[in-house]
Amino acid sequence: MYAALWRVLPGPIWVRIILVLILVVAVLAVLATWVYPWIDGILNSQEATVGGA
Amino acid sequence: MCPQADDPVEIVTTRPRRAKKGKVTVVGVLGELLITAGALVLLFLGWQLWWNDMLMANSQSNAASEISQDWIDQDTSTPKPVPTVDPAEPSAAPVPADYGDPIVAAVPANAKTFAVLYVPRFGADYHRSIAEGTGHDVLNSNRLGVGHYAGTQMPGEIGNFAVAAHRSAFGGAMHLINELQLGDAIYVQTADGYYTYRYRDTEYVAPSQVQVLASVPNNPDGTAVDRIITLTSCNPLYSTAERIIAYGVLESWQPLSAGAPVELAPIIAAQG
Repeated sequence: MYAALWRVLPGPIWVRIILVLILVVAVLAVLATWVYPWIDGILNSQEATVGGA
Repeated sequence: MCPQADDPVEIVTTRPRRAKKGKVTVVGVLGELLITAGALVLLFLGWQLWWNDMLMANSQSNAASEISQDWIDQDTSTPKPVPTVDPAEPSAAPVPADYGDPIVAAVPANAKTFAVLYVPRFGADYHRSIAEGTGHDVLNSNRLGVGHYAGTQMPGEIGNFAVAAHRSAFGGAMHLINELQLGDAIYVQTADGYYTYRYRDTEYVAPSQVQVLASVPNNPDGTAVDRIITLTSCNPLYSTAERIIAYGVLESWQPLSAGAPVELAPIIAAQG
């Protein structure tokens, strides 16, 4: 899967490395901005009150 | 017998069968997806406990600075004259000014900020807004963070001023609650003044133990005499199995116009 992705990327190796880094940063940004806050709200893993308020 | 290199022995090499280079197989994709999923879960923990925690702590802290400064700027009351030192005892240390019974504010609407909490033990620049209610709209908010248990007393009131905050994640306002030491100051600033509480003791309870919020903690039938502050958070760190409860008792009160308590003044000045 990732090997196929690597072959799809155009250009010489240094261009591909830069492209991969851009993709990774983009994925992280999407995760941190939308996906993780959404999961956080569902999981609700942190409780600090007594009496389950 | 050892065959020499030039021996005409025919060596049959059998290479293990490999997937053809670049061939996408179901097992290969599945494996990569599972590895990716594992990495994403780890990343989530890093995001929740470190990155987002840090961002929220910053924004909560900034929001608290703003409202604290607004109260000081808008304060129009005039300070009462500070009582002079008793001339009969000129050698005595100056008696702390007595401003009478503390002002007790009316209970605000849910999720409305009505106080700012300062705990020097949590860090010299530690300050957080205290808002009404302990729902997720308060505790998980990126500008609030500390919630006042509805139905418990207000700052300075006889009884129990009880608040909750996260130990980790969501800004972790009570991250260092276990490091409080006897006599540590817990300052609460409101639009009316500064309430200085002194930390007394800590208790570990089950999450269901609401008696800690009683106006006499753990004695729901008792008649309140003291002005107590109760901080609650989860315990152990990164777990929600128990609750850690820290109690303090009101030591003094002074109106905003009298200026901040000595230890707190530089902290307030620095946040402007």
